[in-house]
Order: sequence, then C-alpha cells, then structure tokens
Amino acid sequence: MAAGSTYTPIATATASGSQPTITFSSISGSYTDLVLIYSAKDGTAGAEGNILISFNSDSGSNYSWTNLYGNGSAAGSTRLTNQTSIYAYCAGNTSSLEAGTFQVMNYSNTTTYKSTLNRGNVASTAVVARAGLWRSTSAITRMDLTSSSGNFASGSTFTLYGIQAA
Amino acid sequence: MANTYTLIASSTVGSGGASSIDFTSIPSTYTDLVLKISCRTNSTLAYVDGKITFNGSGSSYSWRSVYGTGSATGSGNGANQASGWGVEPGTYTASTFGNAEIYIPNYAGSTNKSWSADSVNENNATGGWQFLHAGLWSSTAAITSISIADANSNNFVQYSTAYLYGVKSS
Repeated sequence: MAAGSTYTPIATATASGSQPTITFSSISGSYTDLVLIYSAKDGTAGAEGNILISFNSDSGSNYSWTNLYGNGSAAGSTRLTNQTSIYAYCAGNTSSLEAGTFQVMNYSNTTTYKSTLNRGNVASTAVVARAGLWRSTSAITRMDLTSSSGNFASGSTFTLYGIQAA
Repeated sequence: MANTYTLIASSTVGSGGASSIDFTSIPSTYTDLVLKISCRTNSTLAYVDGKITFNGSGSSYSWRSVYGTGSATGSGNGANQASGWGVEPGTYTASTFGNAEIYIPNYAGSTNKSWSADSVNENNATGGWQFLHAGLWSSTAAITSISIADANSNNFVQYSTAYLYGVKSS
C-alpha cells in the first residue's frame, strides 16, 4: 500500500450490536479504487461468519466469487456463481473481532464489471482469500455490508478508504 | 486531503546482522498499524518462519496460514508463538529478500488483537513460498512495541528493512 495522501478515509462505522447491516452510501466517484478495512464478527453461531456485500442495492443474482482457504491442516478452493451478494469472510460470535480487507478495483468506471479481493482471517479456524465479481457496469455509489446471521457484534469496525492513482 | 498513512519508524539492518527488528514506544494515536518488511536471514534451512511479538509477550498467540510453494498447497497452524509467515532463508538466491505486509487493526483498543499477513519468499529456482496468514494475540492490552525475528533464532542479514506505518481512519 502506498503512503501519504493516496489513501483517504471516506467513512467509518462502529457497530452497536443491534445492526444487521452497515451501509456506505453516496460514495464519491473521485477515487480509483476502494479498500474496506474491518475488524468484526457477525452473529453466526460458531467461530466463523461472513459479511454479505452488495453494491448499489442490487439484490439480483449478479455476484460470484472464488474462495481459497487454509484451515490449519489442508488448503482448498470453492466457487459460487449467480449469488445475490459477495461473501467476505469474518469471525463468528464465538471468536474475537478479527481483521479483514475488501478491495474494489476501478469501482467508478461505467464500462467494465467490478472485481473484488477479500482477505479474511479467523486465527482459530481459517485464513481465506476470495476473488469476487459484480456483473454490472454501473459506478459503485453504495455498499451494503450485511451480517450473514443476526447482528454485527458491538465494537465491530468498518472503514472505507478511497485510493487515488494520481 | 488526509494524510492517512504516516511513517512511525523504520529500521535497516547493518553489516553485523541483527537477531530482531524492534519498534518501541508506539503511540496510540492511530487507528491501525501496517508493517512492511523486506528481509533475509542467515538460516541454512530451506524454509524459515517469521515471528512477531507484541509488548514482549511470549504467550496467547494463535494463527492459521495457507501457502503455495509453486508445486503444492497446504495449510498450517500454531499457538503460543506468532510465527507461520515467511522470511527469506539464506539458502535462497543471493541478494533476494522476502517481503511481508502485516496489517493490525485497532491495535490500541481494548479487544484482542487480530492481524492479517501476506508474505512471499521468492527464489530463482523451482520452489518459492507464498503465505496468507491469520493471527490473533489474545490480549486486550494496547500494542506499544513490536518485535520481528526469525522463529529459529537466526539473524537478519544486512539490508533487511522494516517500516511501521500508522493509519488513521479520520
């Protein structure tokens, strides 16, 4: 990651414990890429969960992703297509708040579909990398982050940065 | 425009080598920390684990990793030592240094400390290593010092570098 003023905080949110969804809206188109940094766990019973990420309120089956994971004893990969959101890996309710990143490249262009990279971590369970796709040429102006079950845990933090290439 | 990334400190290993690279008196004024490492050790092994220590604590760590070697994939885990990310061993191609980025969100907060590490050990040979790493230090203490080292106690060689950045979310 570059230093200095290349990264600009767009918005940050801290979950209260009663929110199933965190929304970043009115995202400016003035950056090149977006990076979401989270330290979070969702309401899923167990060690691991997911943040369901959708763009521009699109709930159609327009999302896909490929999952690479290691669980401490084996590595593997899975793929899901025609989903209604991209799943970013996060901790479940028996874990600590754990670190993750979610990047969206060239998010404001109106020519190509939007690709994403997720790094999710649950130290007790798995480390994950996911490449995702939203099949839309629309500029991204809104991101909805939804707990895969229940609410995000109190103290979960989500910060969205804009990156400028020049 | 906000100056989001701020260099807190950096270290370059001198000609005598160093058993660790240490950052102390880390201020709590940032939201997250990012550590960028380029290093090589004098290890004679084919593979070397890097180790990170917070506040001098030798316990309460856990981690998972997934890795690729160029011909195989696998996954590892460990406890009570924050290792499992890659450091370039001295057996690899001369003048080649391994790279790692370690991201630590909410390092000054009162929750357990989680981090994400991506690292690579490149080599002009058939094998190299890439690691994705999830780590947790089960401590609610604010992180005020960080030490990185070779988990097998070998020395970092000259020109190994580490840069510690603070990230502000506002």
